[in-house]
Amino acid sequence: MKFKVNGHEVFASTGGRPFDKKKPLIVFVHGSGLTHMTWVLQTRYFAFHGYNSLAVDLPGHGLSSGESLKSIEEMADWVSDVIDAVGHKKASLVGHSQGCLVTVECTSRYPSKIKTLSLMGGAGAIPMNPELLSLAENNDPKAVDLMMDWAHGPAGHFGGHPVPGLYHINTGTMLAKSRTIQNTLGVDFRACDNYKNGFEAAKKIKCPTLSILATDDKMCPVKEGKKLASLIDGSRVDIIDNCGHMMLLEEADRVLTVLKKFITTNYPPLSS
Amino acid sequence: MSDKKKELKPNTYKFDTLSLHAGYQPHKNAGSRQVPIYQTTSYLFDDVDHAAALFNLERGGHIYSRISNPTVGVLEERVASLEGGTAALATSSGMSAIFLTVMTLCEAGDHLVVSSQLYGGTVNLFRLTLPKFGIKCTFVKPRDTEGFKKAIQKNTKGIFGELVGNPGNEIMNMPEIAKIAHDAGIPLMVDATYQTPYLCKPFEHGADIVIHSLTKWMAGHGSSMAGILVEGGKFDWMQNDKFPTMTKPYEGYHGLSFAEEFGPTAFTMKARAEGMRDFGPCLSPQNAWNVLQGIETLSVRMKKHCSNAEEMVKYLSKHESVAWVSHPSVPDHPDHELAKKLLPNGRGSMIAFGIKGGKDAGVAFINNVKLASHLANVGDTRTLVIHPASGTHSQMDEATLKFAGLSHDMIRLSVGIEDIDDIKNDFEIGFRAARKPRLVSNQ
Repeated sequence: MKFKVNGHEVFASTGGRPFDKKKPLIVFVHGSGLTHMTWVLQTRYFAFHGYNSLAVDLPGHGLSSGESLKSIEEMADWVSDVIDAVGHKKASLVGHSQGCLVTVECTSRYPSKIKTLSLMGGAGAIPMNPELLSLAENNDPKAVDLMMDWAHGPAGHFGGHPVPGLYHINTGTMLAKSRTIQNTLGVDFRACDNYKNGFEAAKKIKCPTLSILATDDKMCPVKEGKKLASLIDGSRVDIIDNCGHMMLLEEADRVLTVLKKFITTNYPPLSS
Repeated sequence: MSDKKKELKPNTYKFDTLSLHAGYQPHKNAGSRQVPIYQTTSYLFDDVDHAAALFNLERGGHIYSRISNPTVGVLEERVASLEGGTAALATSSGMSAIFLTVMTLCEAGDHLVVSSQLYGGTVNLFRLTLPKFGIKCTFVKPRDTEGFKKAIQKNTKGIFGELVGNPGNEIMNMPEIAKIAHDAGIPLMVDATYQTPYLCKPFEHGADIVIHSLTKWMAGHGSSMAGILVEGGKFDWMQNDKFPTMTKPYEGYHGLSFAEEFGPTAFTMKARAEGMRDFGPCLSPQNAWNVLQGIETLSVRMKKHCSNAEEMVKYLSKHESVAWVSHPSVPDHPDHELAKKLLPNGRGSMIAFGIKGGKDAGVAFINNVKLASHLANVGDTRTLVIHPASGTHSQMDEATLKFAGLSHDMIRLSVGIEDIDDIKNDFEIGFRAARKPRLVSNQ
């Protein structure tokens, strides 16, 4: 569906179901340079099971208009604006990678709005490799190739996508190259690198929180994810073996199973 | 000790490694080093909720082997990885892959622009069968790049061609034709069976959908029928209103918009969800496994196919019984320079040549070679020969044969990987017979 936030058109996938204001809202926030499509193996399930599933394209990404937002703080405010724009007062947030920084910051800023927080491949800070950052800011497609290499675990490099026939490294590459790299990945990487408030923001979070981490995640290693989780009261941690940073594709079923249990328990769906 | 900083390089696997490993994780398959053959029709659901989720495309997995199968899935991912594509869908044959591609793209009332130099079966599909479904085609000579542009109509939904034409070896100027297609907001579909991804990756030259008859070089051993369509993932289906079945809510899946939900894999998702469901040209797991065995040695075989082919081109070009030779490696081939650009790893192993003495000499040659096999296939490890006018293209009338660039003296040769001297010696027997057709036929 399309709607406007701050004068710019926003695209968000509703998981193949019409948006229904009566249903509880889950907002999915993608990682650096990516789009709503990374969530396809999670969003459709919730959309068919009593939720409004809203996988947004951040401004300037995917099918959303406008320019990319330059800081994690701006993105956090924007997510809050999205919740308002679709006519909801509360939502569950789900973030991946950079999306974790955004949703952690958003939850700390707007605690009364956020019912649950789910973090996948998250950390309190994501400092960027300077060379990778420079490549992305200079529009070099090698930045995407490096990201896809590091983002997939050793097993994920062989493929084995849960959806028959999909080769996820090339799919991720196409998503990240679908808009001008320096305007999406370059801006996002710089925003991640600049963001220093993750650990402080985490300390303010009181809503039920889940962290899904992966043993072969090179971009946000398990120890960094655990460090973040340790600062959030009562945070639950689930660790996936033989999986890299792109767990929402590499181990989509496992992620969905854990996510489903967590969200339905803490923020029940509208029963049909 | 050098303090020079090491340059960052992606360590994703390269072609030869992907040929052996892509699409398969042993630790998820009881540690089986070889890809298991999942010889089953159907798959247990965990519960009713799980079943519904699979049917609604809410989660990945298998339901029924007409739609997908784990062994076939490995093949699909492997070919997608080798082509540099986002997704692939394997079918029971190359022809069913072409049909499924067209039926995923088009509706009744649509139009396609099609290269005239195609395998005879493909010509018949586009010329005679698709019109029965309300889909019309305009044929254009593959070297007439401007002709493709002129043939595009308001209702044109795509351009289709074989990168190297069958059997005449004419090469489409893929980068230019891709630009024409994209300027018109339509995709370019390329049948790259003759090249395999080892010789050419069409996505790097602008193609949007690549099709293979896997029966040929990819499987390589003449044992199994299979086809595949591969998606490049770059084509934007939402850029115009030409593709409502990709972009508008689809009644068959609770209002799903394939382009919105699946973006770079939308075409393959639709081809599987709709095409395999409704037409059902599924690949058997045994045949998928056979093709996987072939792909493991693809680069090794293709090198030998190409080196043998170049030797045969030299041999035929000097032979007194040969009137002409067509192969992109020949310097005076009209597409020699284009071939260097599009086929840097080798120009392929298909040769067309004219035999002196016309049709009778051709018949005598084919009836007398002993090592080369006379059959309707290409891309076997063994050397194959056929006389197209009386074989693969025999269902065409004189005018269509002429338009397809076929002559009665043409022999189509698919060079195998036997010892090159043995192939040449065998051809000498054929040529000797061709010089005395009457005498040989009376023996």
